[in-house]
Amino acid sequence: MSAPVSLPEKVSVKNLKFFYGANLALKDISLPLYDKKVTAFIGPSGCGKSTLLRVLNRMYDLYPRQRAEGSVMLDGEDILADGQDVNLLRAKIGMVFQKPTPFPMSIYDNVAFGIRLYEDLPKSEMDGRVETALRGAALWTEVKDKLDSSGLGLSGGQQQRLCIARSVAVKPEVILFDEPCSALDPISTAKIEELIDELKSQYTIAIVTHNMQQAARVSDYTAFMYLGELIEFDETSRIFTAPRQRATQDYITGRFG
Amino acid sequence: MTDIALKTAADSGIKRDSRAEALARFRLSDTLFAQLTRAAAIVVLLLLGGVIQSLINGSLAVWQEFGFGFFTGTSWNPVTERFGAAPAIYGTLVSSVLAMLIAVPIGIGIAVFLTELCPMALRRPIGIAVELLAGIPSIIYGIWGLFIFAPFLQATVQPFLIATLGNVPGLQGLFAGPPYGIGLLTASLVLAVMVLPFITSISRDVFETVPPMLKESAYGLGCTTWEVVRHVVIPYTRTGVIGGCMLALGRALGETMAVTFVVGNANKIAGSLLAPATTISATIANEFTEATGDLYTGALIGLGLILFMITFVVLSAARLMLLRLEMKKGK
Repeated sequence: MSAPVSLPEKVSVKNLKFFYGANLALKDISLPLYDKKVTAFIGPSGCGKSTLLRVLNRMYDLYPRQRAEGSVMLDGEDILADGQDVNLLRAKIGMVFQKPTPFPMSIYDNVAFGIRLYEDLPKSEMDGRVETALRGAALWTEVKDKLDSSGLGLSGGQQQRLCIARSVAVKPEVILFDEPCSALDPISTAKIEELIDELKSQYTIAIVTHNMQQAARVSDYTAFMYLGELIEFDETSRIFTAPRQRATQDYITGRFG
Repeated sequence: MTDIALKTAADSGIKRDSRAEALARFRLSDTLFAQLTRAAAIVVLLLLGGVIQSLINGSLAVWQEFGFGFFTGTSWNPVTERFGAAPAIYGTLVSSVLAMLIAVPIGIGIAVFLTELCPMALRRPIGIAVELLAGIPSIIYGIWGLFIFAPFLQATVQPFLIATLGNVPGLQGLFAGPPYGIGLLTASLVLAVMVLPFITSISRDVFETVPPMLKESAYGLGCTTWEVVRHVVIPYTRTGVIGGCMLALGRALGETMAVTFVVGNANKIAGSLLAPATTISATIANEFTEATGDLYTGALIGLGLILFMITFVVLSAARLMLLRLEMKKGK
């Protein structure tokens, strides 16, 4: 089930099992995230897409009784290993959530916050980084005159782009999107999709989505998951035109789910 | 067809009537309910006004006799009928502020531990233990403070403070004098224990309202738990935490029984935190049975009025601060 061409693998998931208590949520998942490509995860609710994403930045560590087995290699280093510095890992692997989650501070500080955690920059340089990040998230022109006002005052779509700017600002290597458009209107959704398309020139991207068209539009590779198993992984064009598995075919054509 | 149309029209006519009746009925009960709630709200205002009025009336003699000097006067002598509230005001403010200085960091720290760090199995026991602290009657804090805590302080902590901080320039005055055991510091420590559960349980409740996704996004940037708490959880819940602290401060200002036991009841401003002092509520509680004559009674009621004003000012200041924080948010 691997892709026909051989591309550099940024992240390689190998034989990953994930448990919520005694409950097996991911059953032996293996797949790559290719460098500077967009990989979409599709599948019905509860199939383990978001769980997989939360393993990639070890977000599950925050909660007791959740554990992962197997290995997830990031540039050849196993991020599930005990010695892994999770804070450093999460700085390398950014995440954007379903709902916009701006911090209760100004637009400027929302973006500068993550940078300040790791770098001590003079004001002018920080201004530049914030501007670059906001430009990168296609938000700069809309907020450049009100950087001092609260991030909570923006519209939903703007807030989500602010969250993307925040993730981009810390210069991650991988960005995980967990249904980033599920709370947004079609216009904001289009903007975010455009943005993802631009971001992939610099970042390796994984996106979970319930929107089949979105997966087809933004991704280079698609993984179809069902009940904690990876059913099929291939180039997006292939998954949507000539899937190998019957289940994939049925899901993308809306015959089950 | 026409028959059916006519019939439905007639039907809906009947329906409309009964609906109008029902609405009229609801309107009556709605009005009644609105008036009842309004009356309840007005009763509160009347009660408040009445309390202020009777405090002013009761203390009139004192204001006529001493005027503004009642606030600043430092002697309290029932025999010569000289009354000054300054020592009591000083003791009230200092003991409460000191108690808050001790209790706020500890209380918020416990809340952070309980919501962010504590293993699940320990959360409930510790949470319940903290809430039980709030259930202990203040008289018990009083006797515990007097018979167990004060001798302990006298024997160990206070000599240590005198020997160390007592020699630090600038702090000398605060930690001077013999270790009495009872005194301002002891009262503050007992108060701190008493207000701790308020701060902890309110902080914990508001910390739990922070959306997990918001915390995860901070963790997702690579934040440590401390950074998440400092930059996301506390700013997000600031209003609630300050509200909890103000509630605690209100309780500390007015606390009577426990403080009366351990504060030392000395009507003077000593400067040292180890020296006996008094508070407004302790003075009232100690002396109201002996108060004879308009001036003495008036002085105690006047103290009550001052306590009322202090509490009012503190709560208004807190509101103002919250308002300014709201406006400044994001700047």
